[in-house]
Amino acid sequence: MPVAQGARASHNLEAWQDPKARPIVQIENVTKAFGPHYAVDGISLDVYQGEFFSLLGASGCGKTTLLRMLAGLEAPDAGRIIIDGTDSTLIPPYRRPVNMMFQSYALFPHMTVEQNIAFGLKQEGASKAQIKERVGEMLRLVRLEPYAKRRPHQLSGGQRQRVALARSLAKHPRLLLLDEPLGALDKKLREHTQFELVNIQEQLGTTFIMVTHDQEEAMTMSTRIAVMDEGRILQVGSPSTIYEYPATRYVADFIGSVNLFDGRVTGSADGLLFIHCDEVGANMAIAHGEPLTAGTPVSVALRPEKMVVSDVKPDKDANVLRGIVSEIAYLGDVSIYHVELPNKTLVHVQLTNLARLTSSPLTWEQDVWLTWEPENGVVLQS
Amino acid sequence: MMPPPVPTRAPGPEGAVSPTFLGYIWRWLMGISFVARVRGLAMGTVSWGRALVTAVPFLWLFLFFGLPFLVVLKISFSQAVIAQPPYTPLLTWLDDGVMTLRLNFQNYILLAEDSLYWSAYLNSLRIAAIGTVACLVLGYPMAYAIAKAKPEWRVPLLMLIILPFWTSFLIRVYAWIGILKNNGLLNNFLIWLGVIDEPLPMMHTDFSVLVGIVYSYLPFMVLPLYATLSRMDESLLEAAADLGCRPGRAFLTITLPLSMPGVIAGSMLVFIPSVGEFVIPDLLGGPNTLMIGKVLWTEFFANKDWPVASAVAVATLLLLVVPIVRFQKAQEESAKKAEERV
Repeated sequence: MPVAQGARASHNLEAWQDPKARPIVQIENVTKAFGPHYAVDGISLDVYQGEFFSLLGASGCGKTTLLRMLAGLEAPDAGRIIIDGTDSTLIPPYRRPVNMMFQSYALFPHMTVEQNIAFGLKQEGASKAQIKERVGEMLRLVRLEPYAKRRPHQLSGGQRQRVALARSLAKHPRLLLLDEPLGALDKKLREHTQFELVNIQEQLGTTFIMVTHDQEEAMTMSTRIAVMDEGRILQVGSPSTIYEYPATRYVADFIGSVNLFDGRVTGSADGLLFIHCDEVGANMAIAHGEPLTAGTPVSVALRPEKMVVSDVKPDKDANVLRGIVSEIAYLGDVSIYHVELPNKTLVHVQLTNLARLTSSPLTWEQDVWLTWEPENGVVLQS
Repeated sequence: MMPPPVPTRAPGPEGAVSPTFLGYIWRWLMGISFVARVRGLAMGTVSWGRALVTAVPFLWLFLFFGLPFLVVLKISFSQAVIAQPPYTPLLTWLDDGVMTLRLNFQNYILLAEDSLYWSAYLNSLRIAAIGTVACLVLGYPMAYAIAKAKPEWRVPLLMLIILPFWTSFLIRVYAWIGILKNNGLLNNFLIWLGVIDEPLPMMHTDFSVLVGIVYSYLPFMVLPLYATLSRMDESLLEAAADLGCRPGRAFLTITLPLSMPGVIAGSMLVFIPSVGEFVIPDLLGGPNTLMIGKVLWTEFFANKDWPVASAVAVATLLLLVVPIVRFQKAQEESAKKAEERV
């Protein structure tokens, strides 16, 4: 599957790489169990000012529990949560400089759009004039001015989502938490809203922490992503790091699609690891920073778009797989080939349709060779 | 309670106060659903099987509510006589073969002129209103606690609310005599504690009637309140807390307004039967406790004045139906307005 290119053209503001930067959120060894089940299992994480940080994982991985602990809606069993320099572990939600956008939006059904947005400001004891001004600002921000007097049930799903966003931003939170903010929208609206959210975040400079199970959404919107599974964080990094250098098999598999081959290290030289994969009977040479001792079991991850498929046998010994084309999916911009290896393993390869494709040189049941460059593969140890 | 007929209007929009329960009762009374049904049958949009099923409650209502009411209405327009039956017929045949209808409004005029009836009505309304407020004040925390209890506790707690119904209403009201009388349980206990030296006169007062009403009708307040409170979206309170609202204030600004349908339904269920209550004022009330149910009983059984008693009954019904209808109308209009704004 094609992974969307980041909506942010560049973010040179990589605070997490600046040793002097002070994190706005520090999560230290936080654990939360529901009965015998650990929803969050000893997580430590720093998030910096101005980040759009995503907690990504399948349902039940503990990402929502972690978010709710940041909001103060759940208390951790162990560990500390420091928000903006203050230990907030036991501070109740109504005293945190944090606001949350709920997955269900949780709009107050008996209040108008205006009243919903004003609710938080009223709790602060802001004056009528201040409230009016801020509500107007927020309505403009989410472009809902004509709907100020409506009630939530008179709005469409997308409009409700924007009311929820406006309400959670009205109090100038130091940190905004978003629980699956786009989950209830249809695909088209979701894509549109992704960009809108990113624009609003960049405009305001507020730190966003978003929970999502949608890897594409996380890739598009985030400055950094934490991939979670079973209450632990498997990897934290920018979308491109997570995609290009996954740390574990789970991460490689969860983000985008990937072909995984199990093998053993046979040797190393010049930053290359030599690996023999028994299963598919092939030798591979993959770029890897640190040499590993021979015999170490590893997995090689190869992204579908990082391989080349050809009907001519390439002139090399390593990084070549032979198979037959079993399936071709033409998607317009790209075509995806399913190539069956002699041991029946299916390998997915993606080719960009550069030229207009009237008659493909590759066809079903054709003998083909797959090949890739050493730096296009990733060696995984777990 | 019988299943309500198919609603003639789509369920109200979320959050809008829609006491559908009262709406159904009103439609039953007015037969609006019935008319819609018959029209549906004629147009072929409603199947005969379904019509038959819904016809059963209508038939029941007609036989045991509609017809008796018409009989009472008829009697209220006649005159009392010492005869069998003890009232004059409305229709009489004159010698020349002409049928005359003689409506006697004297009973209604009596109701309007004699201050006894007025004060009985007002006192009934007053006691019912105080009883309803007391039920609300007691019942709301109970319903709230049950709705917030752990799921495995909710059914047992609701059972405790319903359990008194397993004993006869009459016996339960009688039991209060034993508790409230001068040498009853409560007075003896208070004397034993040393709080009081001589028994408090609690029996045969408005107080004992109110105790009886609150005790008897409390479940009718708790159950609809529980139904609305237990359905409330917990995330609304979390959102309120997240926006800086303390729990007490969140209750006042979120929980309470959203539970208004339950408050209204529960209050109606307590208020309406309390107004016409007879057993409780008769057993627990004193000679000074003037309630319309007791007046009705006296007219029927002591004075044997069926026409006046019937007029009292019809007036009581009108007294209750008018506010319900007006309330229902207002609800429908606000719902319609909400729809128009979309």
